[in-house]
Amino acid sequence: MNLSLNWLNEYVDVTEVLMPDFVAKLTMSGTKVEKTKKLSEPLSKIVIGKVTEIKKHENSDKLWVCQINVGEQSVQIVTGAQNVTEGAIVPVVLDGGTVLRDGNGFKIKKGKLRGEVSEGMLCGFDELGLSLADVPYAMEDGILLLSDDPNADKLTIGGCALEFLGLNDTVIEFEITNNRPDCFSVTGLAREVAATFDSPLNIPAPNCKGVEIDDSDNLTVTVQNTELCSRYMAAVVKNVKIAPSPRWLTSRLKAHGIRPINNIVDITNYVMLEHGNPLHAFDRRFINDGKSSEIIVRNANDGEQIALLDGNTATLDSSMLVIADSSKPLAVAGVMGGEHSGVVDDTTDVIFEAACFDKVSVRLAAKKIGRRTESSSRFEKGLNPVNTKKSLLRALELVEQLGIGEVSSPNCLVDCVNFVEEIIKVSHNYEEVNNLLGSSISREEQLGIFARLGLGYDESTSEVIVPSWRSDIKLPCDLAEEVARIYGYNNIPSVLPAFGKSVTSVLQSERGISRLANALITKSCYECVTYSFVSPKMNSIAIEKQPVSIRNPFGEETSVMRTSLIPSMLKVISDNINVGNLESRLFEIGRIYSPNSETDMLCVAVYGKNEDFYSLKEIFEWILEQFKIENSIKRYTEMPFHPGRTACCDYAKLGELHPAVLLEYDISVPVYIIELDIEKFFAQSPTGVAYSPIANFPASVRDLSLVCENSIESGLIVEVIEKSGGRYLESVEFFDVFELSDNQKSLSYKLTFRKSDGTLTDEEVDKAIKKILTKLEEKDIKLKGV
Amino acid sequence: MQLKEQLIELRERALSTLEKINDTKSLEEIRVAFLGKKGELTSVLKQMGKLSAEERPVMGALANEIREKFEVLYTEKNAKLKQAELLARIESEKIDITLPSRGRPLGNRHPLNIVLDELKEIFVSMGYNMVYGPEVEKTEYVFDLLNTPEGHPARDEGDTFYIDDSTILRTQTSSVQIRTMQDAVKNAKLPLAIISPGRVYRCDEADATHSPIFHQCEGLVIDEGLTFANLKGTLEIFFKRLYGDDIKLRFRPHQFPYTEPSAEVDLSCFKCSGKGCRFCKGEGWIEMLGCGMVHPKVLQNCGVDSQKYTGFAFGMGIERITLMRYEIDDMRFLYENDLRFLRQF
Repeated sequence: MNLSLNWLNEYVDVTEVLMPDFVAKLTMSGTKVEKTKKLSEPLSKIVIGKVTEIKKHENSDKLWVCQINVGEQSVQIVTGAQNVTEGAIVPVVLDGGTVLRDGNGFKIKKGKLRGEVSEGMLCGFDELGLSLADVPYAMEDGILLLSDDPNADKLTIGGCALEFLGLNDTVIEFEITNNRPDCFSVTGLAREVAATFDSPLNIPAPNCKGVEIDDSDNLTVTVQNTELCSRYMAAVVKNVKIAPSPRWLTSRLKAHGIRPINNIVDITNYVMLEHGNPLHAFDRRFINDGKSSEIIVRNANDGEQIALLDGNTATLDSSMLVIADSSKPLAVAGVMGGEHSGVVDDTTDVIFEAACFDKVSVRLAAKKIGRRTESSSRFEKGLNPVNTKKSLLRALELVEQLGIGEVSSPNCLVDCVNFVEEIIKVSHNYEEVNNLLGSSISREEQLGIFARLGLGYDESTSEVIVPSWRSDIKLPCDLAEEVARIYGYNNIPSVLPAFGKSVTSVLQSERGISRLANALITKSCYECVTYSFVSPKMNSIAIEKQPVSIRNPFGEETSVMRTSLIPSMLKVISDNINVGNLESRLFEIGRIYSPNSETDMLCVAVYGKNEDFYSLKEIFEWILEQFKIENSIKRYTEMPFHPGRTACCDYAKLGELHPAVLLEYDISVPVYIIELDIEKFFAQSPTGVAYSPIANFPASVRDLSLVCENSIESGLIVEVIEKSGGRYLESVEFFDVFELSDNQKSLSYKLTFRKSDGTLTDEEVDKAIKKILTKLEEKDIKLKGV
Repeated sequence: MQLKEQLIELRERALSTLEKINDTKSLEEIRVAFLGKKGELTSVLKQMGKLSAEERPVMGALANEIREKFEVLYTEKNAKLKQAELLARIESEKIDITLPSRGRPLGNRHPLNIVLDELKEIFVSMGYNMVYGPEVEKTEYVFDLLNTPEGHPARDEGDTFYIDDSTILRTQTSSVQIRTMQDAVKNAKLPLAIISPGRVYRCDEADATHSPIFHQCEGLVIDEGLTFANLKGTLEIFFKRLYGDDIKLRFRPHQFPYTEPSAEVDLSCFKCSGKGCRFCKGEGWIEMLGCGMVHPKVLQNCGVDSQKYTGFAFGMGIERITLMRYEIDDMRFLYENDLRFLRQF
């Protein structure tokens, strides 16, 4: 919301307040200032001067030498303009001042023009950032003759020309919170400013006399949907003289970013800015072709069309409210008027509408027809129907003030009231306020704050009487906030709460995740964070599970919640390879989603030089070791993995990805991936470790070199050895494998035997070895060389 | 030659040879040549038997004198040569210490999680429990019970990702507040102090300052007699631990449907310490967090006795803190996972 400082000063005098102080105080009382802009920037040193003497330049046909009275002194200025005469009053930029040239600041310096000293410059309207609409009396390519201005009687020689022209304003941009629709208006902001600076507020009630308008006018309004329209008021203005608005009005509209159109439309916008209630003006000729002034507020029909003010046609549906005559919609309620009912140059009779429409309905309608307007953006905050009447009266007052039409008497307004005006009272207990804030603000001080905010107080019941525009105040905690923000949040002490009843217990998994991540880091893995949504196609590559689908995704690429971390990871790898990162180790700890549950997963991926299944397995065993979990993998042959190079266990899968999957991502190098269910993984970790005594007796070590068919896996051999090794077998350690022929290979193991209560004899070890070999032979695994 | 002459000649020769030796290996050879079992001195002494009883002690004394002399000189020389050899070896063993190390580099965590871990650590040390909630969440928990009724703009399909009419991707971690309070009431676990970090989703196209997915950390404390002053005290300590004692906080009135009073917390700009710079858009302050006293209706919605208990809540964006900490100027880097980016943290 923009605010003209000049306009504000009309209601609350803050002329003495310095701008940085204004910004800081308003921000800290809850109305955040986003930025401020001086409208006159970069104009400077432009005064009102009177031409006291003018003569031809001796060395030029076209130049004039003028003596200008600029107040205390007189300056000589050489001008090329041909419309300056003796006695004319003109804007003068003095030495060192700035005007506008092609939209940029241009500095004027004292100098000589063909031998004559020129101590400044006379200004045209464009050099002051004005247009002909602002100064219709001005001549193009000439000097702006202020003596022709309708307000010429207010000119002071030597005074500030910018002020006279309404250019010395500052525009303040506020961030307004959703609970304060009243602050989307100059009067609402004036109230906040007055409360913040504890300054008197003066907002006069509209004073409109009106004339008794001929009965045959027959203005009638029927509100069919009273739910969506809590109040609808209308008034007739006859014999309107459509013309541009005076500059004081247009300069305020412009300061607020609204383009002046004509006096009637400008009044509706002016009142909207001032009181926050959008108004609309219809040309009466276009309502029922001028035959009757019967207005209907109803839901649109599905597919009904309306040509809007901006020249486009919108198609409506039955959720939207329209203002209609008996045959056609005239306006989309609260959003935009129709092209064929608006006020135009030859309009003579106008109907002003001031209404209060439902916030949700207006917001959705504006969204559906794609037009969020100044009007709809106010209605969507939720307006106060009490304010509607004030707004209409103010519009009528302005018509009278400008003398541009005959206004209906305030007694003859059409007013459809579909709400009950309630007086909201909120009980106040100053101690409770302090108890919530942790402050010690006295009762008097709190009541003072309410008074500053314009809240009433019923001493007999200790209740705050909430004015209609403060619909956000409902509960005692709302009063606490009002007290706090005016007292100053930063004046409330900071006190650490005393805990003691709540005991922190860091989740096991929480600590685990940190350890897991740190273990991976020590294996050169870099952590990634990827989006949780992927394309359905990529998701199905990784795992065939029905994903949770987003109804309104940005696009197909991000339309389902992933059921595996692998697709996201492959995207990361593919992107990295594309930018030349040809090898890396990556991991992500993230969630996967199914319709009924969310599971935290770990995905580790390695690719590039020196990476293979075994380097991946090393990482896997490394993290297992961190948590003292036994490795219990077996073969896994399902997608998306390579069926010959993948293992799994209860909580994880690890292996090379299937080449067909990699192809989908245009990845041409093998990628090795661990996908692990974190919760299940942690569940495997033993809760404690029990110490076992250190062996006192020496070990006996034997190496076994075995021969078997290629298809036999080492895991089987180790299993047989461990099962048949007897009670003294301490460990089995693989140390070598090589192929003997196409179908035979040799594997070597180091077996360690130990007795806890004595030294093993060779016979004891021999016996154990013999038993192992017998069991191995049953599986066609023989001792090498035998 | 007389034995005596032989001994004297041997002495002269031995000492002068010793003098010229320059390495420990030759030194050892000389020692063996003179004093070894088959050495010259030994073989000279073997002739002692032929001497008379008078001569024997004299020659014996001379021989011993020679041996001692030799040994002293030998020890001296040996020490000197060993020292020289050690120095020479050290000199020859000099290496290029600027060549790269062997082995793999350390990986690292993602900057978002580095920051998040720090937040967790601070809050856990202050007595907060960690709680997690679902990301695919019921509208009830994200909106209705948090005072955000049907028709509220935040619920629009243009702002929120919907799964079905009553299920969405949560737009804020505040949904965990509801779940936590309901659970605490059910299991008589009040008072409580929790933080809940996690992912949230909004329909914002990715650009330098937006992402459809981002991370928040929610905090909630419910107890008897908690005040706005407690909220201030808590966040002041938190930010001082995170950014150091010099950081200044500003509590600015704001509005959220689920807290009253509500505030936004601004921090003094890290770059200019509040003077105003490009980084803080000249304001001297940087908006960091939203917070407030839990709205009594929200307490009641969860079955918490709002006459007995009060509470405060806060929520902050992890991305915002991360981007500022590492001076990352484009949020998209956080999700692109380019190794050249990931390696920097």
